[in-house]
Order: sequence, then structure tokens, then C-alpha cells
Amino acid sequence: MQYVILKKERFNDFIAGLSGLRKLVAPVPVGFNNFAFQEVTTGDKIALKYIPTILPAKKYFLPQRETLLDFNTSKGADAEAVVEYENLTLFGLHTCDIAGIQCLNMVLSERPRDYNYLLRKSRITIIGLECNEYCDEYANCHLVNASFPGGGYDLFFTDLGDCFIVHVNTHAGDEIVAATGCLEKAGASHLNALKVLRDAKKVIFNNEVPIERRHVPELFDRSFRFRVWKELEERCLACGNCTNVCPTCYCFDIRDEVDLTFKKGTRYRVWYSCQLEPFAKVAGGINFRKDRSARQRHRYYRKFSYPVEKFSRFFCTGCGRCTRTCMAGISLKETLNELIKESEDRLWKRWL
Amino acid sequence: MEKMVIKDSGYTLKKARILKIKKLTEYERLFEIELKNGERLDHEPGQFMMVSLLGIGEVPISICSSPAQHDSFEICVRAVGKVTRALHALKPGSEIAVRGPYGKGFPMRMLEGNDLLIVAGGLGLAPLRSLITYVIDNRRDFGNVHILFGCKEPKDMLFSDELDHWNERMDLHYACTVDRADPDWSGNIGVITTLIPGVDIMPARTFAAIVGPPVMYNFVIKELLIKEIPENQIYLSFERHMKCGNGKCGRCQIQNLYCCQDGPVFNYQQIKNLSEAF
Repeated sequence: MQYVILKKERFNDFIAGLSGLRKLVAPVPVGFNNFAFQEVTTGDKIALKYIPTILPAKKYFLPQRETLLDFNTSKGADAEAVVEYENLTLFGLHTCDIAGIQCLNMVLSERPRDYNYLLRKSRITIIGLECNEYCDEYANCHLVNASFPGGGYDLFFTDLGDCFIVHVNTHAGDEIVAATGCLEKAGASHLNALKVLRDAKKVIFNNEVPIERRHVPELFDRSFRFRVWKELEERCLACGNCTNVCPTCYCFDIRDEVDLTFKKGTRYRVWYSCQLEPFAKVAGGINFRKDRSARQRHRYYRKFSYPVEKFSRFFCTGCGRCTRTCMAGISLKETLNELIKESEDRLWKRWL
Repeated sequence: MEKMVIKDSGYTLKKARILKIKKLTEYERLFEIELKNGERLDHEPGQFMMVSLLGIGEVPISICSSPAQHDSFEICVRAVGKVTRALHALKPGSEIAVRGPYGKGFPMRMLEGNDLLIVAGGLGLAPLRSLITYVIDNRRDFGNVHILFGCKEPKDMLFSDELDHWNERMDLHYACTVDRADPDWSGNIGVITTLIPGVDIMPARTFAAIVGPPVMYNFVIKELLIKEIPENQIYLSFERHMKCGNGKCGRCQIQNLYCCQDGPVFNYQQIKNLSEAF
């Protein structure tokens, strides 16, 4: 393990150097208590203390719209598969967003592999930034074990007051350290300060929902027919905001578009949401998830149940975006609380 | 954003040509298609293709010809949406694009040497025709074969000349029924489940293959279980709207399973507890 430090007075130099290497993206403030990942060239634009951005960094890994094929039908069915990519450095990703990218990595590198994603990912360098405390009351990162760094980055920054201590995790990280030339070797005092900070975090970050992490899959095993889902149905507007802002939602639709010649065109994929009514509809009109309750339940199961069986990890990273963005005030923590409550109620009823 | 052409992305298409188009009913046509590079499709009965009309879209369609047919394959298409209606407007000789085959088909190695009970409802006959023609091509590898077919009205019958042929064959037991008869109809009337009690099978050595509209499965399976066919000897194929075929886009998901990769043919025992499946 290699640690280096970056003195705060050299932060702007570092960012300038970093943006000189390739396009640099970092969280910037956009309106009241809102942040977004955007291109930056100077350090003073970057929000170092921020609540999760409106959209997670997945927008660089799985763009909202992405071309899959370029075709030309003037001589027949000519089409070539294409990948869109960009050399990028992402700075300032919180552990929840890094966890989100790790989830996407697992899904999209599973066979049959998604080469569009994998190629794009290979061009992106990730620099993390530690949360020393909770961003706000909507986060549940400790429940899903994403409040501490767990790999998935090239460099990882932790704010120690007068300097950042930086964990160099990969060769690409090493190259940045060498190329920017602003970082110094960390001393024992810095490592000690990091340890003190992490110990303090263990007290600050605590289960946000009264259930042990290991019992969450069992809770979902029991709750498929709970009335909690029916209650969500009465509130959900089926707008799909929750899945758009989720760092691990990757479902998409594939569409064709032709230009004015009607010959040339592209086949592209766009984000799509299981919360929208036509998502599970087939030709002839049958809809396999017609009710909003079934769609909301599907969303929760795709975070806390199905991926646990398949990939042994939660696909909720605790970022809290779905709760922050929901127009109907559906809260992930509240839903989990209600599932726990209904589960206990049912258990009592069996005994009485 | 930069762009790079790659040889195989999972969305790469193969060129294909429509050889023949045959009108089956008012809404269904049979397309015989060959791959332009002369490649064999090499599919299993029950698998599906992604069929593209560039500029219009891409749809999943099950293959309805026997794997023993090497030079071309067939798909049966009901004109029901944008792409399928445009397909119906094409003429023989048109070039289209395809990818596949995708998914898990019927487990032919398991079925060999056993008796088969094939239950088809409406358009469900299309994927089962691949299985049936495979069985006929390799008739000696299978025991008794029962084919039950049901559709709404006599005019909805797909492959009617083949149905007559199956009916005449001595080595197949074929029965069909319609929900509503017309004046010329002299056969059975009633839903498909009415045919099951009368079938003479040895349940222990009978494998069932069912494909039909979603509403059919619960009723047919109930009858098959009354017949004492073991749960793990019942196979069924589900219809979902696959968009990618690669187990990623989420459109065909049935709880934890992706219909395009884990199916579309499932063993009943494996999925009987998935309430979203039925």
C-alpha cells in the first residue's frame, strides 16, 4: 500500500496538472444544495464537500444515449458496431459512487460481455474522495457497507485538515502522481491521522435502518407479498426518477433513428426504467408488471435480493439519491423500516 | 466523444436474405431466411433470433424450423407491432439483418429416448414447430409423441397443411381443438385443457413441452400434474420483450432470471415459485 499527501495549498496546482493530462470531471455546485459532475479545469470550481450529485458518475460509464450501430441501407443491410468512448479522469467520487461502478463492472463484464461498457471503462481513471461524515439524512451507506473505501479507484483522497492523504491503488494512479508532481510521500503522522479519522468514522457511521446487514436478504425472502408494496403503489407516480439517478440501475431500451435520407442512421440505447408502464409489456398488450406495486417491488428486489444471489453484493450503494429525487416522497430507509415492521408483525401473529 | 468500430460488440448483425414468404393466416406469415455468408445457424429448438429492419427496429422472434434444416431457417411472424408489420411488407429477396440464436432451448439430449407431450396454444405452435420437426426428422430417437394444439378459431390455424400431415402420420398422436367453431369445423371445440385428460401417457417417461399465451400455462400445468407428469419433466417457454438478448437490458427479467439468457425455455420445477412468471 502506498500513501502520498497533497498539501491543500497545492490542490489547485494538482487539479490544473490533472486537467492538463486529459478531460477532468469533478463535482461542482449547481444551484441550491445541488451538485453535478461536470468538466473542470481549475480547483476552485470543485465542491469538496457535497451531497451526492444529481446524476451519479454512471453517466460517463453508461451514457444516457449511446450509439451501438451505424447503418446504411442504400445497398442492403449494412451496419457496423461502434463504441463511443472518451479519455476521462473523474475526481471526487464518494465511496457510494465507486461502489456503484463496481456493481456495473460485475454486471457488464458477466458473459455475454458488454464490450461497449468495458471499452469505455478502460479509458476512465477514478479518483475517490472520502466522506468524513454523513452527507445528509437520506444516506444509508453503512447498511450496504459502502461508507469506507473498498477498492475500485485509482487514487483515493481523504481530507486530513491541512492536507489530503492519497491512497495510490493502481498503476494509473501512480502515473498521475508522477505526472502532476505535486504529491509528497506520506509520513507516519499522516498515516496515524488517517487511522484516527477512520476510527472516528466507525462511530459516526452506523446502521441507518434497524437491521443487521446480513439479515437484509432474509428480510426480502419473506416480503414478496407484503402490503408495504401496495402502500407504495398508492404514492408512486411511476416517473422513473429513482432509477435514473440510481448508480446501479443499468436497464436500457434500444431504438433506431434515421437521418433525412432515410438510408443512413444509428441504432442507439437509452436509459430506461422498470418503473415506467410499458417496460414489461409485450406485443399484443400483455404487461407482466402492470401494477406500480410490482414495479416498485422489482426495483427494491433488484437492489437487495436478486444481485445478492448472483453477485454476492447489494446493488444499493446507500447514496440516497432515489429518496432525494422522489416527487412522491418515497424513502428507501422508510420502506426498509416498514418491511422490518411488517415482518415483525407477521412473526408475532404467528405466535399469538 | 470518440467513436471506434469494433468487430463484435454483442450488437453486431449478420446479413440475411428472405428466400420465401408464405401467408399462414390473416396476421401470420412464415419467412424462410438464409444467412448471406452461407453460415449455418446451428440452433436448438426453442431458441430465438433478434431480427432487425435497420431504421425501424429489432424484435425477438423464435425460430420455427428444424435444426436439421441447414441452409436456411424459418420464423413465423405475427404482424402486431412496428417491426413485424414492416416485415410483412417485405418481398422475397429482401436483405435483412439478424443476430443470434439466443437463449436456452428445449433440452433435446434429455428428451431423447422418452415420450413427448407437446402442448401448443395459438402462436405457441411456432417455437414448438422447431421441436416437432426435429422430432420427426429424428423420429427413432423418441418414444410416443403426442401433439395437442388449440387456437381460437379454425381460421387461426397455423401451418394447416403440416397439421394435416401430422394428423395422418401413424407415428404421431395429434389432436386439436378450437375455442369457437365455424360451420365447416367438424373437430373438437373447447379450450386446450379439454384435450389433456384423454391423452394416454405413461407419466414417468413422458416429458411435456408447453408454449402458448400466458393465460394458458396455469391451466395446462394443473392438468399435467393431475396426469402425474413429474414437475421436472415439464418444460415451458415464456414470451417477454427482449431488447438486447445479452441479459443486460432488463426488459425480459422474471424476478431474478433473464428470460433471454436463462430461458426462454424453463423447467417448471425451477420456476414454479416465481410468481412473476405466471
